[in-house]
Amino acid sequence: MEETNTEIILQVKNLTKKYGSLVAVNKLDFTAYRGEVIGFLGPNGAGKSTTIRMLLGLIKPTSGSIEIFGKSFSKDRIEILKKVGAIVEKPDFYLYLSAYKNLDILGKISGKEIKRIRIKEVLELVGLKKRSRSKVQTFSHGMKQRLGIAQALLHDPELIILDEPTTGLDPQGIKEIRELIIHLSNDLKKTIFLSSHILKEIEIIASRMIIINNGTTQIEGKVEDLLNSSQMKVRFEVDDTAKALEVVKLSMWNENYVETEKNKLVFEMDQSEVGELNKFLVENSITISSVVPIRSLEDYFLKITERATE
Amino acid sequence: MSKLIFIELSKIFHKKRTYIAFAAIFLISSIIQTAIYFQGDKYLSFATRSLSSSFEFSGNLLNGYLVGFIILQSLSAYIPFLILLVGGDLLAGEATAGTYRIMLTRPISRHNFITAKFIAGIVYTNLLLIFMMVISIGFGIMLFGVGELIVFHDKLYVFAQDDIIWRFLLSYGFVILSMTTVLSLSILFSSLVENAIGPIISTMFVIITFLIISALNIEVLDSIKPFLFTNHMSAWRDFFANPFEISKVMLSFSVLLGHIFVFYFLTVIIFKRKDILS
Repeated sequence: MEETNTEIILQVKNLTKKYGSLVAVNKLDFTAYRGEVIGFLGPNGAGKSTTIRMLLGLIKPTSGSIEIFGKSFSKDRIEILKKVGAIVEKPDFYLYLSAYKNLDILGKISGKEIKRIRIKEVLELVGLKKRSRSKVQTFSHGMKQRLGIAQALLHDPELIILDEPTTGLDPQGIKEIRELIIHLSNDLKKTIFLSSHILKEIEIIASRMIIINNGTTQIEGKVEDLLNSSQMKVRFEVDDTAKALEVVKLSMWNENYVETEKNKLVFEMDQSEVGELNKFLVENSITISSVVPIRSLEDYFLKITERATE
Repeated sequence: MSKLIFIELSKIFHKKRTYIAFAAIFLISSIIQTAIYFQGDKYLSFATRSLSSSFEFSGNLLNGYLVGFIILQSLSAYIPFLILLVGGDLLAGEATAGTYRIMLTRPISRHNFITAKFIAGIVYTNLLLIFMMVISIGFGIMLFGVGELIVFHDKLYVFAQDDIIWRFLLSYGFVILSMTTVLSLSILFSSLVENAIGPIISTMFVIITFLIISALNIEVLDSIKPFLFTNHMSAWRDFFANPFEISKVMLSFSVLLGHIFVFYFLTVIIFKRKDILS
C-alpha cells in the first residue's frame, strides 16, 4: 500500500454514546494519519454510523474526545468542518432543486468561495455534468450517490469521511469511485475515512482498517499486517484426493485439515506453513496442481466480529 | 448569516406548497370581492338596518376600504393555517428529507441555522400578508373606488378617507406580528419531530385549545386568559376604533412579542442539543 504520513489528522479517544441504558459506542479509540485511507468496518449495529455522526457533530458524544487537525471538535467545530467533506449514510438532497443548485447552496456555506467552475468540475468528476440542471427528484439512487460524492469534494477538503460511498452504484461506477478514492489519497494526499460493507473494497483501497463491534474497537492496524497475522485457509488441488487425505490423516497436518471440496483439500494454517505442507505432500507422491490461499478480509472480519460476539 | 437567510428563502420559494397560501388568499379574496360586487348593497343595507331610521347614509360606502376590511376580518382567523404550511415544514421538512446531514456537516452554527430559518419564515409571513393587503385593498379600490369607511367594532365608527390608510398599515403590521407568533410556535414544534404533519396539527391544536379556553366563562381560567397569545391576536381591530387605546394595543403587542422570543429561544436550546438521527 501507499506510503503514509505520521501526521495525525483524526484522533478519537474514549468516545462513548449512550441512549439511556443502550450503549451505542463504548470507549472507542482510533487514529487516522494524513494521506491514508482508513477502512472502518463493523457489522450492522456495531456503532459505525453513530461514530461517523459524532465525528461530524450531528450527534453529541456522551463522553470522550474527538480531535481533528489537532483541534478539539467540541471547541472548534466550525473551523474543522471547513476542511472536512462527508457522505453520511444515504445521499439525501433537496429533491425540488437541481443538482447544480444543491451544490451551489452547499458551496455557499462551505467556508470557502466556491466558484461556478468548481461546481461544474465536481459534477464532471462524478459524471453528472449533463444532468446538472435536472431536479434531484429525477435521479436514480446511483446518481444521488455520485452527487453525494460531489458535495463531499466540493470545497476541496483535507479529510473526507465516506459512509458506504459505493452503495447503489453499478460495477463501472464502483470502479470509478474506487479509483477516485485512490487518486484523492495517493495524488492529492487527502485523508479518507471509509466506512463500507464491501470488505473487498476496504481490502483493495484501505491502507489501514479499524474493525468495531458492539461499539468498541476490536482491532486497528495496517490491512496487510492484520491479514498476515491471521491464520488463513489454503486450498490444495491434488490429483488423488483419497490418497492425499489418507496421507494427511496419518500426519501432524491432520490438525490443520478443514474439509475436502471435490479434488481440493482445504487447510487452515499460518502463511509460513504453506511451503512445508506443499513439500510434505510432494514427498508423499501427491501431485499438486495448484495452491490457492483463500484468506480474505471477509474471513478475518467474521472471525474478529464472531469472537467479539461470543 | 445573510447567505444562510438567502438559502432558506430560496428553499422556501422553490417549494410548491409555499404558493398554496398565495393562491388561497387570491382565491378567497376574489370570491369575497365578486360576491360583494354583485350583492354588496344588500350586505350594506343589512349591516346598517338598525341605524337607517336614525341616520342617513350617503356617498360611496361600498368602497375598496370596506372590502379590504371585510377580507381582513374574514381571513385573519384562517391565515394561521396557511402560515403553518411553511412553518411546520421548516425544520421537520429537513428531517424528513434527510437534508440535515448535508447542511449541518457544513461549517455553520446550529444557532445561525435556526435563526436563518426564523427570519426566512418571517419574510414569508410578511410577503403573504403584504400580498393579501395588495389583493384586498388594491383590487378593492380598483373595483369599488374609495370612500369613507364604516366599521362596526363595539359601536359604529366612520372614518374619513384620509384617516384610513395608516389604520390598515398598522393593522396589517399587527396581523404580521400575530402570524409570526403562530409561525414561531410551529417552528418550535417542528424542531421536535421529523415530519411536517406533527407540527401543523400540534400548532392548530394549541390555537384551538387556547381559543376554547378564552371563550369559556369559567372563573378559574380568567387568570390565565391574558397570557394566551390567541387572546391578543385580534387586537388589530383596535386600530379601527376612535380613539384607539394605545395601552391595550401595546399590551397585546408585548404579549405576542414575548411569545415569539420564548418560542425562538426554546427552539434554539432544543435544536442545539438535538442529535441528528434522520
